[in-house]
Amino acid sequence: MNDAVVTEREIVVAMRDVERHYLMGDTVVRALDGISFQIERGSYWAIMGPSGSGKSTLLNLLGCLDRPTRGAYLLGGEDVSRLSDDALSDVRSKKLGFVFQSFQLIQQLSILENTEVPLFYQGVAPAISRERARQALTRVGLGDRVSHRPNELSGGQQQRAAVARALVNQPIVLLADEPTGNLDSKTAREILDLFDELHAQGSTIILVTHDPGVANRAEWVLRVLDGKVDRVERGGRARPVAGATA
Amino acid sequence: MITAIWRTFHLGLRGVARHGLRSLLTSLGVLFGVASVIAMLAIGEGLSHDVQARIQALGSNNILVRSLKPPESSSAAAERSRLSVYGVTYQDAARMQKTLPNAQIVVPVRAIYQDARYADRRADARIVGTVPWFGETNDFKLESGRFVTEIDLETRAPICVLGATISRELFPLEEPLGKLLKLGTQAFRVVGVMRPRTALTGDDQGTIEDLSRDVYAPLTTVRQYWGEIIVKVSSGSRDMEQVELHQLQVRVADVKKVEATAAVLKEMLEASHKSKKDYEVVVPLSLLRDAEETKKDFNRVLGAIAGISLLIGGIGITNVMLATVTERTREIGIRRALGAKRKHIVSQFLVETVVLAGGGGVLGMALGWLICVLVPTINPKLHPMPTQESYVLSFVISVVVGIVFGLYPAWRAATMDPVEALRHE
Repeated sequence: MNDAVVTEREIVVAMRDVERHYLMGDTVVRALDGISFQIERGSYWAIMGPSGSGKSTLLNLLGCLDRPTRGAYLLGGEDVSRLSDDALSDVRSKKLGFVFQSFQLIQQLSILENTEVPLFYQGVAPAISRERARQALTRVGLGDRVSHRPNELSGGQQQRAAVARALVNQPIVLLADEPTGNLDSKTAREILDLFDELHAQGSTIILVTHDPGVANRAEWVLRVLDGKVDRVERGGRARPVAGATA
Repeated sequence: MITAIWRTFHLGLRGVARHGLRSLLTSLGVLFGVASVIAMLAIGEGLSHDVQARIQALGSNNILVRSLKPPESSSAAAERSRLSVYGVTYQDAARMQKTLPNAQIVVPVRAIYQDARYADRRADARIVGTVPWFGETNDFKLESGRFVTEIDLETRAPICVLGATISRELFPLEEPLGKLLKLGTQAFRVVGVMRPRTALTGDDQGTIEDLSRDVYAPLTTVRQYWGEIIVKVSSGSRDMEQVELHQLQVRVADVKKVEATAAVLKEMLEASHKSKKDYEVVVPLSLLRDAEETKKDFNRVLGAIAGISLLIGGIGITNVMLATVTERTREIGIRRALGAKRKHIVSQFLVETVVLAGGGGVLGMALGWLICVLVPTINPKLHPMPTQESYVLSFVISVVVGIVFGLYPAWRAATMDPVEALRHE
């Protein structure tokens, strides 16, 4: 990575020699075995790797749903690798936005209420959170569907709602776990277009996928293998690759 | 802070409302527990209130000595004489008045059963021969006229005061005051009419005596006209009883000294009656105390029953909440991923159980109230008296049940691994 770029842009995600071990019976499984990388504000990254490579573990760590066994994880300049459960919850609600493969919307709530959930746990006043949720939904093109229940929407619309929810707290990083995995190719393209749009507006995006077409839309592709960084490549967004499809 | 509490509450309420029927069924245990507590407490309270009212009508400052026909110790002797002599005597009355400490007033009473006749009407009457200060130991009110006076007693005046019922029977249309009526073969002038009045007899059965059939007359007059021997004719045989007084009512000025005085009184009677058990001593205050003890026991048993039913209700809630937590694992995972702390999850589920239990409690209070209203229509003898405390208590208990039995499911929900929870199908 170029020094000029580092000084120009703030590092928002930094992993230093991160290890994550699990105990499976008597054997220690090293799901992550010394991973280091850093991500600048406003960049668009894809994490790729075969199943069992440790990319899910990496995503859980990035999402502050889990803590590394060893090493440091700096999110927005703060070391979050040794935080308590409560403090991690705070980090999730204030600094992170999640988009999941299976949308993970709460079925009993309207999409407006779903979008408000992260603000609810930040203690944002109801009137303000309602307004911000509405804005976020408008931003993803669902401004006219706010009172619908998730099951009244198509898969693409549900994922848009999930993106709105991920954006509503103005996160440092938007984390997406196979965001197009449950969508048909046309809808998938729309969601990826939305990601491009958000990226263009300055969002930092980390996307986990096993689909090279999806990964290709990112600026950078981080390949994980056996719990280690295999290599970092330029993605299609940085330098368009001929024939890339989404 | 308040908005946070309100929002948590609202969240819990929605969780409950999500499965209306299930929530209702879940809270049934608490509902019936609370309803039965309120209804039973109210019925118990009503019963004990009735008993206490009746005992109080006997006067808590009073000690009653009643003549009692002793058990036939030697039937042969009884056969021979055909005259049984028993009961408290004028001598007893005089001695008590003179020597019994703290005894303020002694009221002797003699009761004779006779026909009362006026014109062509007839009624069974109990003629109560007594003294002017009868009112000191008995709670009664005159409807009209006057009661027996000292002069009546002195002159053995043939006057009487009618109880409400018998007055109505003999004088349905006329004004009884001043009229002459016949008690047995003797003529009496009516000088007063009582208001309706009942009292507990003070025996073990707690029977109520209708005192409204009584006719009150000066003790001296009664003694002069009917003497001491009462002849009872039943199925061809004649039983003769010699009883001087049927009852002695002793009033003690200080309530605190009633029981001590009663003990002295018993000793006095034992000595003078030579251990012949031809009387009984009734201390309304002791009865009252017994009644209160009984009520306490009753409430204790009730508390145990209520405790068991609420325990069962609580276990039901825990059971359903555990299922709910499993069912909503994904939701818990989502909320945790989006920033919910453990305490948020705990309070969300705890509020749900409290709403379930508290809601069951409120419905149970309504049902309990309804039972209290309906019970008298089924059994008119019962007058449930629901107390405010029982409502407050049962509501508080149901909320506590919600918290206690909700803690474990809430803790289970909060300690789930968010990653695992998100993956849950």
